[in-house]
Amino acid sequence: MSEQPKNFGFGEDETMLRDSASKFFADNCSPDKIHAQVAHNPDIHRPIECIWDKNLWQQVVELGWTAVCVPESAGGVGMPLVAAAAIAEEVGKAAFPSPLLSTYYATFVLNACGTDAANKALTDIVTGTPTTLAITNEKGSWSSSDTDVSIKDGKLNGTAWFVQDAKKCDRFIVSAKGEQGIGLYQVEANAAGVEITADGIIDLTRDQAHIEFNNVEAVALAAEGDGDKALDEAMPAILTIISADMVGAGEWLLQTTVEYAKTRIQFDHPLGFFQAVKHPLVNVMLDIDRAKSLVYNAACSIDCGFDDAELNARMAKSQASEMAVFASSRAVQYHGGIGFTWECYIHLFFKRQMHNQVIYGDGKHQRTILADMVIGQAA
Amino acid sequence: MSDAERKDTPEQAEFRAHCKDWLENNHPGRPDVRLPQGALELSDPDALAYLQSWQKSAYDAGMIGCDYPKEFGGGGRENCQAIANQEMQRAKTPYLPNVIGMGMAAPTIFFHAQDDVKAEVLPKLLSGEHIWCQGFSEPGAGSDLANQQTFAERDGDNWVINGHKVWTSLAHFAEWMILLCRTNKDDKYNGLSYFVVPIRENLDKGITVRPLIKMTGETGFNEVLFDSVVVDDRYRLDEVGAGWKVAMTTLAHERGAGPLVTPASGGMPLEEDESAQTSSVYALIELARQQERHGKSAADDPLIRDELMQIMIRQQAFNQNLRRAGIPALNDHPMRIPLQFKLVATEMVQDLQNIAYEIEGAASTLYVNDENSPASGRWKLAYMNSFGMTIAAGANEVQRNILGERVLGMPKSK
Ligand SMILES: Cc1cc2nc3c(=O)[nH]c(=O)nc-3n(C[C@H](O)[C@H](O)[C@H](O)COP(=O)(O)OP(=O)(O)OC[C@H]3O[C@@H](n4cnc5c(N)ncnc54)[C@H](O)[C@@H]3O)c2cc1C
Repeated sequence: MSEQPKNFGFGEDETMLRDSASKFFADNCSPDKIHAQVAHNPDIHRPIECIWDKNLWQQVVELGWTAVCVPESAGGVGMPLVAAAAIAEEVGKAAFPSPLLSTYYATFVLNACGTDAANKALTDIVTGTPTTLAITNEKGSWSSSDTDVSIKDGKLNGTAWFVQDAKKCDRFIVSAKGEQGIGLYQVEANAAGVEITADGIIDLTRDQAHIEFNNVEAVALAAEGDGDKALDEAMPAILTIISADMVGAGEWLLQTTVEYAKTRIQFDHPLGFFQAVKHPLVNVMLDIDRAKSLVYNAACSIDCGFDDAELNARMAKSQASEMAVFASSRAVQYHGGIGFTWECYIHLFFKRQMHNQVIYGDGKHQRTILADMVIGQAA
Repeated sequence: MSDAERKDTPEQAEFRAHCKDWLENNHPGRPDVRLPQGALELSDPDALAYLQSWQKSAYDAGMIGCDYPKEFGGGGRENCQAIANQEMQRAKTPYLPNVIGMGMAAPTIFFHAQDDVKAEVLPKLLSGEHIWCQGFSEPGAGSDLANQQTFAERDGDNWVINGHKVWTSLAHFAEWMILLCRTNKDDKYNGLSYFVVPIRENLDKGITVRPLIKMTGETGFNEVLFDSVVVDDRYRLDEVGAGWKVAMTTLAHERGAGPLVTPASGGMPLEEDESAQTSSVYALIELARQQERHGKSAADDPLIRDELMQIMIRQQAFNQNLRRAGIPALNDHPMRIPLQFKLVATEMVQDLQNIAYEIEGAASTLYVNDENSPASGRWKLAYMNSFGMTIAAGANEVQRNILGERVLGMPKSK
């Protein structure tokens, strides 16, 4: 493996950005506020809603966070991916309902397209057009060459599934199969022939939808045959940012549960006195630290353009996914009865973690691909 | 030029050049005998002799004890031991045999002994001519180290010591022991005192060293019995009753958290074939390629592949934690990662070696004494030996207590 900067390229600018994000969420996004907003209706058959604070999105845009991963040539700031990872960690720690991370994923794909149309779309991201990827088929395949949408004579037909933050976004980047292979297309949410059907999802801090395209006019971002390559090129960065979100949420779950273990008294001792509670919480910490180091390593190797970027990103996603499940299960368990209620904030993070761990491939899927890369295909 | 070299002061740069130069011409070469995985497992006198001669020549060349004063046998330099270590490791030298002496005894003696004792014992300790051992653990004092029962009773200028030490690594070769024992039965912590004891010269004067046999069938550690052993009061470190405080100096250096850098060489592969290293995931993958499980290559078994990737990810995470630990902006607590190292490293190696068992399938039943045993039985031996590391130097459960309390701030467990 090649030599990388010792500090992951995480310098003063990145630290300042991270600290300002941390302050922004402390000021604007306390768990009680988010809970009151997104968890106002526990009814198991509740109508599907998309709840988020557009005002906060405007502030995020003004702070320049959507521009972080956009190159200067397209009007962005062109910071290294470690900067976006630091923001994503804070986003996860706050369980922030917003299209910011989806817009990052779209940014990575547009960066990989490298066409004029893609550059134009990047400029719009800087000025605040929330954008998301519509690249998954009905079966939920994680392969860039699988799509249920087709392109013919410049028109899209078919349905994209599991589209993240769809109702919050104004623009979709759609993968579609044409005669020459997979291409990528830009579609506005309000275009004629687009029908968005929201999914009833478990995670309360985001929305998801499937989107039907009926003869929709599309602007090509990547030509037929280039689209899956652009998706594959962007995937390491996407996986890294999702993992960073899980690291942040994991840290919130850990600290909140540790705090409870220090104050809740049973058998004349705080819960944390008992090793059956203390030791697994230490294990949660070990798992978070593994994931966090792998995230910054992956981001750094992507920034350096090294060959091992995909390897490192898949390692990060695998570890972060396993950690996400473990940290959220222990948080519920060690809060006891209260942790099992709707009223307790834990479930917001539990549900976000369970959602993130499977998006773009869970831990087992990542390791299947890693094994092919490292050991070679099985006979 | 590496990062470390760029930061060298002129004195350090000159010293580094000297080390490089010497090492180029004086690498001892591979021994005729088989070396065990670490110095604490030494049982073959020929292996010891080879390693002692390596330590002596590195000492004579100024690379061991660089930062100790000259009058105590050191090099009289400042901040040079780390440089010597880097260069010895770069040159892939053998490891040093006197690990307890250099890593625990020497710094404790330096900070707490009388000057004449320092001058008497440190030169031969650093040169490796005198092997040292650590007499802390007892049958009733393991994790609860302060529960010492070995008793030293004052007799004029001497102390008379009676008691029983266990798990004493290297005692079978040792000239000297650092000893923690009780001098007052009424106070658990303040009733302890600390001595250096010439055990070899007392072998027919009350000291008995008996080998203990490990679960692997190898020897390596011992029990040491004290039957009215007479020790000069000069050999007491610090005040009577200050033994616990002195022991903290020892334990801090054992964990690599003390002010003095321990001389350490190493890097020479134990096996000519590097892929036979039993702590490397790549060697494990190689093993999987060679082994069959139920009629097909273990490397093609999806469950084995998943386990291999899990352990590879843990190894990479460990390396990246080492890297992140040096970046304050990415750490919320300065000791959060450093206090994890012992625990995480020893469990990772143990689990890695356990996977080898699974990979070998039916052949995992074969031991080192069977010529059909894959990799000469090394993986199974290494797996069993890995429990020494998860138990010694603070059992990992105790490490978890420390992390839960010092880093996460949870209340102290008993
Ligand atoms: C290979 C090897 C070499 C050694 N070399 C030396 C040496 O040179 N000199 C020397 O003095 N000692 C040496 N030791 C001894 C070592 O320091 C002790 O084994 C260790 O401190 C544990 O003590 P114990 O064996 O008495 O186990 P115990 O203290 O009886 O503990 C048994 C087990 O109980 C659990 N446990 C104990 N306390 C707690 C707690 N508070 N919370 C939760 N779980 C707990 C742990 O799982 C532990 O493994 C060596 C040990 C080994 C294995």
